[in-house]
Amino acid sequence: MANRSFALIRGGAAGVIAASLLLPLLWVSHRADGLTALRPSDLQALWFTLWQAAVSAGLSCALAIPVARALARRRFWGRRGLILLLGAPFILPVIVAILGLTAVFGRTGLLNQAFGILHMPEVSIYGPQGVILAHVFFNMPLATRLILQGWNSIPAERFRTGASLGFSHGAIFRHIELPMLARVLPGLFVVIFLICTTSFAVALTLGGGPRATTLELALYQTFRFAFDLPQVAMLALCQLGLGLVACFLALYWRLPENFGPGLDRAQQHWGIDTIRLRLLDTVVICLVTAFLLTPLLMVFVQGVIALFDLPSSVWQAALRSLVIAFLSTALTLSFALIFAMTVAQTRTAWAYETLALTTLSVSPLVLGAGYYLMLVPVTNPIAWALPITIWVNMLLSLPFAVRALVPEVRILRKNYTRLSQSLGLNGTTWLRWVAWPRLRRPIGFAAGLSAALSAGDLGVIALFATPDQATLPLQIYQLMAAYRLEDAMGAAVLLMLMSLSLFWLFDRGGRHDTAG
Amino acid sequence: MTLRVEGMNVQQGDFTLAADFSLPKGSITAVIGPSGAGKSTLLDCLAGFQTLNQGQVFFDDREITFSPPETRPLSILFQDHNLFPHMTAFQNVALGMKPNLRLSQQEREKVDDALAQVGLQALRDRKPAALSGGEQARVALARTILRERPLLLLDEPFKALDPALRQEMLKLVRATSQVSHTTVLIITHDPEDARRYTDLTLFINKGHVFPVEPSDLFFADPPRTVKDYLGYR
Repeated sequence: MANRSFALIRGGAAGVIAASLLLPLLWVSHRADGLTALRPSDLQALWFTLWQAAVSAGLSCALAIPVARALARRRFWGRRGLILLLGAPFILPVIVAILGLTAVFGRTGLLNQAFGILHMPEVSIYGPQGVILAHVFFNMPLATRLILQGWNSIPAERFRTGASLGFSHGAIFRHIELPMLARVLPGLFVVIFLICTTSFAVALTLGGGPRATTLELALYQTFRFAFDLPQVAMLALCQLGLGLVACFLALYWRLPENFGPGLDRAQQHWGIDTIRLRLLDTVVICLVTAFLLTPLLMVFVQGVIALFDLPSSVWQAALRSLVIAFLSTALTLSFALIFAMTVAQTRTAWAYETLALTTLSVSPLVLGAGYYLMLVPVTNPIAWALPITIWVNMLLSLPFAVRALVPEVRILRKNYTRLSQSLGLNGTTWLRWVAWPRLRRPIGFAAGLSAALSAGDLGVIALFATPDQATLPLQIYQLMAAYRLEDAMGAAVLLMLMSLSLFWLFDRGGRHDTAG
Repeated sequence: MTLRVEGMNVQQGDFTLAADFSLPKGSITAVIGPSGAGKSTLLDCLAGFQTLNQGQVFFDDREITFSPPETRPLSILFQDHNLFPHMTAFQNVALGMKPNLRLSQQEREKVDDALAQVGLQALRDRKPAALSGGEQARVALARTILRERPLLLLDEPFKALDPALRQEMLKLVRATSQVSHTTVLIITHDPEDARRYTDLTLFINKGHVFPVEPSDLFFADPPRTVKDYLGYR
């Protein structure tokens, strides 16, 4: 590798990312009026953002523990399928899941129909409880997968030692499982908390009103309806402060890295074949499967017919989303590869990793508002809605892509550098025969992830898109808001298929004929 | 004969382990054989981590073929992870007394006693990370001493130690076995260790367990396959 030119590329890339994060923030703070400008409703939004994120993160972690334990110690038909399903909410477009949750927990949903038959009072999905429900739907599976990895990282010898020493369930929990949970949970909680403070689409669709408005929703409303720019800047600043605090906490309680693969492996535990424990695990597994699967099935069942009769505006929006997904994926991969190479080999690695993590804590709406304010003096920002969306989507999926690439790049560097050098493998030969075969798997995964995230994103585009610029998720939201539920369901099926197949195609492409 | 294995047959995919042997009380037996021959599988079966497809296991004429691991009259040590990293040496040993660690004064004294037998009383409050490899092995051994089970299975717990330390550990195992008449099975790769510190040798190759032989005779004139494995001419 030509080291000097790579250093140049690397510095340039870091500069571009840092600038596109910092400039809008600086610009926003330049426009802010100072803390006195906060209205009581803004404080209320801050408070709601904090407590709903804390409750959502707490519930997600708490509910994930029994699920992960059941998955770790039981082998059953459909176990692999369930683990796969647990990965789905991550790439599932938020708006699709919300439609599904509405179909189950909404006014005319399954739950209220059942309650009606039993003469029980109706429950509403709108308000704080709906926001928390949706957050748990998205983050409990993530938590389960990470806790399951924690369980699988416990050496089998521990459970064997426990079995041969006659540990009771209490002793197994206390001596073997609790230390693992204590290591995993704080980092997990903070990460989910962070995600929940910046999940705009959930608050937009299920929240609102004085009781359930998050900072981001307040920002959106102030921007879109009042167009009070200093106020927008102030809200953006609050959101930014919150994100940075959570990000520092996340850096401090880092999730144990490189938890290794092996989710498919069921551990052998002893003394769990009592009726009580079998029943407990069975109930837990059935409940979580129903909770995750029912909303998706509802969308599919209700939308699949409308799919063939969708208005042309939906198809145009779909095409727009597809183009956005491809462009932002290409950008994400370019930056992620540069960062991953850097993280794996230079001494400034922490700076790049921090940068990638910081993008996670910065809210897309804050960035969007920042870019808007910056563009106003120069040009008409509305015309730039789609490029801005592509760029922000790239920033959002960058940390995930870097994380996916770093372990393999590190192995590449650590284990094969000397071998490659001794064989004189360098330049394109090295890329062709060493780097690409080793990296195509994580590259495929990172590309799939960023394409799916980008296609399903409903964030910055909502801030300033005109109807002829709507992406598919935004189109679905507009159909929902117009009470055209059937069309919304049909478009949701389309979006779901689009996101999942984008992920599948890229991920599959990366796995193609790689052994081991 | 204290440990008796009759018509044992274990299937793992396309690997089969077959064994038929018995060992006298208080004997120390080396289990040797190439990698993948089935040495660890044999110990797993005796410890109850793996169920037999056929056959029976007896200890002191009591059948233990289907007993759960904790009720079997044995202690087992693995290659790694015998100690819990978040507990002190004392606590790790005390687990052998009571897994909930609520010990009476008398029980605490017994734990300290076991630590003293392996010469580690001074380091009782250290966690594994602050102990050397040899010291960690001693802590694990102290737990087996405390448990006083009549059978001890050693799945290469001393493999990572340097030769002098390993021999020291083997001497310790031999000494404690003689005091308490413990029957010991130990997996080893070193013919010299087997010859010097064990009474009997059990050779396993490709899932087949050969008849038990006195170690000195076995190594004086090993069978053809053993010579190949050991690299003898």
